[in-house]
Amino acid sequence: MLLAFDTATPAVTVALHDGTAVVAESTMVGAMRHGELLAPGIEQVLADAGVTPRDLTRIAVGVGPGPFTGLRVGVMTARIMGAVLAIPVVGVCTLDVVAAAVMSEEPFLVATDARRKEVYWATYDRESRRTDGPHVAKPDMVATRCPVAGRGASLYPEAFPHAIDPEHPDAAHLARLVVGAELSPLSPEPLYLRRPDAVEASARKRVL
Amino acid sequence: MTDGPLVLGIETSCDETGVGLVRGQVLLADAVASSVDEHARFGGVVPEVASRAHLEAMVPTIERACRGAGVALTDVDVVAVTAGPGLAGALLVGVAAAKALALALDKPLYGVNHLSAHVAVDQLEHGLLPQRCVAMLVSGGHSSLLLVDDVTIGVEPLGATLDDAAGEAFDKVARLLGLPFPGGPYIDRRSSEGHVTIDFPRGLTSSKDIARHRFDFSFSGLKTAVARWVEARELSGQPVPVADVAASFQEAVCDVLTRKAVDACTANGVDHLVIGGGVAANSRLRSLAEERAGRHGIAVRVPRPALCTDNGAMVAALGAEVVRRGREPSGLDIPADSSLPLTSVII
Ligand SMILES: [Zn+2]
Repeated sequence: MLLAFDTATPAVTVALHDGTAVVAESTMVGAMRHGELLAPGIEQVLADAGVTPRDLTRIAVGVGPGPFTGLRVGVMTARIMGAVLAIPVVGVCTLDVVAAAVMSEEPFLVATDARRKEVYWATYDRESRRTDGPHVAKPDMVATRCPVAGRGASLYPEAFPHAIDPEHPDAAHLARLVVGAELSPLSPEPLYLRRPDAVEASARKRVL
Repeated sequence: MTDGPLVLGIETSCDETGVGLVRGQVLLADAVASSVDEHARFGGVVPEVASRAHLEAMVPTIERACRGAGVALTDVDVVAVTAGPGLAGALLVGVAAAKALALALDKPLYGVNHLSAHVAVDQLEHGLLPQRCVAMLVSGGHSSLLLVDDVTIGVEPLGATLDDAAGEAFDKVARLLGLPFPGGPYIDRRSSEGHVTIDFPRGLTSSKDIARHRFDFSFSGLKTAVARWVEARELSGQPVPVADVAASFQEAVCDVLTRKAVDACTANGVDHLVIGGGVAANSRLRSLAEERAGRHGIAVRVPRPALCTDNGAMVAALGAEVVRRGREPSGLDIPADSSLPLTSVII
């Protein structure tokens, strides 16, 4: 029984997969409320499927890239549940989860909101296999007429005129990617792609 | 008291990842991982650096606490976590961890107030708190005088700093004396080698200020006065007597803190003063508080230094007390509240 979730975008998405199919799922879009939505979402999905945490055998979590605060909620939750239940935890690039839901005849991009007028992005072939990325950049640096999935496309239509679905990742796809072994999973480490903002202490200011 | 549920407390409001295990009023383990070294070169805590460090330190710190207490994670009966106040992103990591623990263990969760936890931790050291006490919390983030009846219901703020926190003043003065961050322990150490030779200002102690701010503090004027004094020395080409400046500054801070704390006790007819927060580790603050409180028949309760700074044991101590008093647990949907008011002990 695999529990999968992702909090690296405004969507807080949770799914449960029994090895054959997704048996329960929940997606709530609530920017900045990941910390409030995720645990109740997991509780709901487990209850819907009539499963207790002890029935879980594996956890999969979206490791971004995505805004740090929300991203950490998912990764922290996955690591703790894995430690308590003594089950393996794997990470999956969130952009790959978006890409897994794309139906495209041609290569495409996934671009999500990185805030500060930037996007997290990666490129994919027709089979939704990642060919480049993930990276973080200004939209006009990666502007393209190719199809673009993810919130970045609707946020920056001038850079990405050909927007396609979906806008957010869906944990059902995350679960299927892991169960189907369609990619080699990552360790549950956040893909920050940016260093923390911090300035080193300067010489002290004069008061006289 | 060695019975009662096994409470695990998580603290991540600033730069310490703290995990404590408490049963009743007995401390079983207190594991702390600090990211302070990563912040030192920035001269202060960088929130994003702290948040990243909490995420990495959490599972190992929980495991270390369990090993220290000789219990399995699955033995935990109750999970308590600092829900605020503190750095928003840092709090959120701890709250997410606590929720995941409660969910996976199927045990109750209590999101609690960091400041109340600083008071409750004294129960691990000196037994149940008296019916009524005054608490003085002094650290890099807070400087408050509180009237406490039942630490699980809420505390009445008597006064607080109007500008810098006491610990912040220690950090800033340490920096201008060329001492490392965090400044408190270095100022304390250097002070012991010097003498109180300079009469630095005592903020909000004039009769005019007392009328309006009897139990409030102000440390920014003191910090500026120290800076002016040091610069005047430097400009005149004389060496700066670091130990004497440190001792004089420390005396000014401790004088105001203890004077107001004792006044708060006598004004409220209280005969117990609890001191918490990182600055409570200051040796001069402890001795001056005991000397002055003793003159008024007031007993001073100060936990050992490791329990004064931010830690998980204090959160577990408050968790154990809210369970003992039969309070309702929190839901799994509680937020991390960076400005959680003092009147809210459990959210
Ligand atoms: Zn504190």
